[in-house]
Amino acid sequence: MKYDAVIIGAGVVGCAAARELSRYDLDILVIDRESDVCEGTSKANSAIIHAGFDAAPGTLKAKLNVQGNAMMDKLSEELDIPFRRSGAMVVCREESELAKLEELLERGKANGVEGLKILDRNEALELEPNLSDEVYAALYAPTSGIVCPFEMTLAFAENAHKNGAEFMLSAAVTGISRDENGIFTVGTTKGAVTAKCVINCAGVFSDKIHDMVCEPSFTIAPRRGEYMLLDRNAGKTVNCTIFQLPTKMGKGILVSPTVHGNLLLGPTADDTENREDTATTRGGLGNVRAKSALSVKNIPYGQVITSFAGLRAAGNTGDFIIREDDKVKGFIDAAGIESPGLTSAPAIALYIRDIVAGILPLKEKPDFDPIRKGIPKLASMPAEERAELIRKRPEYGQIVCRCEQISEGEILDSIERPLGAATLDGVKRRVRAGMGRCQAGFCSPKVIDMLAKKQGITYGEVKKNG
Amino acid sequence: MAENISLAVIGGGPAGMAAAISAYDSGIKDVTIFERDTELGGILNQCIHNGFGLHTFKEELTGPEYAGRFIAQVKERGIRYETGSMVLSISPDKEITVVSKAKGLRTVKAEAVILAMGCRERPRGALNIPGMRPQGIYTAGTAQKLVNCEGFLPGKEVVILGSGDIGLIMARRMTLEGAHVKAVAELMPYSGGLKRNIVQCLDDFGIPLLLSHTVTDIKGKRKLEGVTISEVDSTSTPIPGTEQYYECDTLLLSCGLIPENELSLTAGIKINGMTNGPEADDRLQTSTEGIFACGNVLHVHDLVDFVSEEAARAGRNAARYITEKGRKNNAPEIIRIIPGNGVRYTVPCTVDTANADEDIHIRFRVRNVYKGCAIKVGNESTELISKKKRITVPSEMEDIVIKPELLRSAGGDITVSIEEGQV
Repeated sequence: MKYDAVIIGAGVVGCAAARELSRYDLDILVIDRESDVCEGTSKANSAIIHAGFDAAPGTLKAKLNVQGNAMMDKLSEELDIPFRRSGAMVVCREESELAKLEELLERGKANGVEGLKILDRNEALELEPNLSDEVYAALYAPTSGIVCPFEMTLAFAENAHKNGAEFMLSAAVTGISRDENGIFTVGTTKGAVTAKCVINCAGVFSDKIHDMVCEPSFTIAPRRGEYMLLDRNAGKTVNCTIFQLPTKMGKGILVSPTVHGNLLLGPTADDTENREDTATTRGGLGNVRAKSALSVKNIPYGQVITSFAGLRAAGNTGDFIIREDDKVKGFIDAAGIESPGLTSAPAIALYIRDIVAGILPLKEKPDFDPIRKGIPKLASMPAEERAELIRKRPEYGQIVCRCEQISEGEILDSIERPLGAATLDGVKRRVRAGMGRCQAGFCSPKVIDMLAKKQGITYGEVKKNG
Repeated sequence: MAENISLAVIGGGPAGMAAAISAYDSGIKDVTIFERDTELGGILNQCIHNGFGLHTFKEELTGPEYAGRFIAQVKERGIRYETGSMVLSISPDKEITVVSKAKGLRTVKAEAVILAMGCRERPRGALNIPGMRPQGIYTAGTAQKLVNCEGFLPGKEVVILGSGDIGLIMARRMTLEGAHVKAVAELMPYSGGLKRNIVQCLDDFGIPLLLSHTVTDIKGKRKLEGVTISEVDSTSTPIPGTEQYYECDTLLLSCGLIPENELSLTAGIKINGMTNGPEADDRLQTSTEGIFACGNVLHVHDLVDFVSEEAARAGRNAARYITEKGRKNNAPEIIRIIPGNGVRYTVPCTVDTANADEDIHIRFRVRNVYKGCAIKVGNESTELISKKKRITVPSEMEDIVIKPELLRSAGGDITVSIEEGQV
């Protein structure tokens, strides 16, 4: 199989790049080792669209963050991505730390972040009554937002697919070579493909992929972050995302509403050798609990419904590494995409497109369709609209996941649509069945049955993930 | 336009059916049971073991048999029930939004409502068990459904965390289906399940019960490979050096049940922090007038027989509420029932002594294992009841029956407490 561009990694960066490149007359293939898109860092992060005051001015992180943030309104409309500009605060606990908030404010201004202002304790409390008693002041960033990272990644993937990009899943890359004509051969566990251009969006494995065909030029050190997710009953504890002052390990433990109304706490920051180590730890979860209480009070810790860990793909340069390799022309890295990677993804895609433009001729397709319609979300619909949809498709009236009120129809949609769910977690990420307070206790037997029937397999063969 | 009915019963499990039958027999014929599953019976349908009905029917039935008796009574009376119907919200003035495949989305207005939604199992996340998140971790009830209703055995090498009754039942069930249950770990120094289940489900099969132990790590990226179990100290903190690794492909969790009251919240009902169920008075009416609660949505029971009895009371009282249009014969005299030493909660929380005319059941759970103790009911001036107990345990609900005139004689709030004796 011959392609113009092969993208390795179906996370948010790979899928955003695929969608951007699918505007042009190119044969595109996205490869991922997992059976679904959004199986790595993109599925386990803070789900924040950062304002962009944190990264040092002049860095790619700063530039692409602010640019990506600004793209989200249009994107969320075009691609039906749940997104809300809920705002964010960075809180400090002592007068002596006020200078650090001012430093962030200046950095934000230099990065082009709009609307930043410093609030004293009382002003901050007016917006966030549950700030802890020690909070002294806060930097307020109205352009910060929250997003569903699963749906964001899926939306890019589905829209890319609709516009002709192909996906080869459950295919791990085993080797890459480049011949004298500059054509790459990418070997995978599902066979080899060729490409004129290879785009490395492999997250925590991006250095390994790079080193398959290029001289080593960077390394990735996974940094694990543990999170706790609380019941929707706790979602109103804060209105916006509450950060602590950043350190060199990251932005600290945040307390944030999610776009689905839950409350998210985390992440920790622990460097790990193991690129598969998404285990939570007793110490880490304890840390999330202790640190979150420093900025926000009245967090109902008894309402934790799940905890999880993600790996940041932290590069050794401190900045995103997005460039065509010096020697191996046609090989593009998009590596070291740690925070603010999710926010930056749409802008990274544009940045990649500009690099690709130097390698391949980019001719716009007249029939590119930028619109992607998500699966209807009946639980949050006005009653009239919901009743009408159920009349058209009665399966929307049969509730399977009682906690999130997800219907049989929505689950069927998630399985049947292009790039549909093949696993329990795939269904969960697409329509939230099993995402609620019982954590799939009640709905999983039914969803297992639906997946088994659709795939013609036994219950024992239905996978949770992978 | 909303349909109007006299009584809406939310849930068609043992509680909902008993409540509907009792309301019907008390004269309210215009009753609808809303059941989200495809058939009546609730969780009993997956409880194929026996031991149900010893109090109610004086014989030992399986779960489906017990449910079957009530389903027959519902059908004999021609009580309406809608399966596949999920109630989405209840407004404080008892307008119910319900959705189903058959009838779509609609609202039903009821004069009275009985909540009988049951409970759910505490999931792994709520227990904060660290480790990976592979396939092979199930709550015991989910595994029970898979094994008993779907004919699917989720694994062969099993570890169970928590000694709640469903976990114990599943230890036996999985063993009978050919799995090897390696151990049941329990965080507390005592079991969370009934004594008879420890004997019949663990001891009889040689399955070790590790008290004061918990799971401290989970291994496996895609599929469960094993769990680490550690001993815990008196503050439930794992003791370093006591880690034992168990290779297994299945981890079942039986770590507590939580009444499902998300609907109750939509009706503005006050929830008791100890039971996670509505605060109820002696008629099992919640803080929202005309809305009653019974069964596991009110507080988690051990025995379905107690659920049926409690639900029948809720049904009678809902019928009475409808008949009397909320009027009461006498000016109310409300006393509080206060959980005292060693008592976690009581149901009911309040009694209207001026209008109570049935025997009052005070049900509660103790905080700890107490040997050679006494249950005391009374207040500073009067002791109403003193009942000696050889042993009380948190896993077994206590039930004290008290005449309304005796309560009236106390002249004010009363406390239920445990007087600890010599161990």
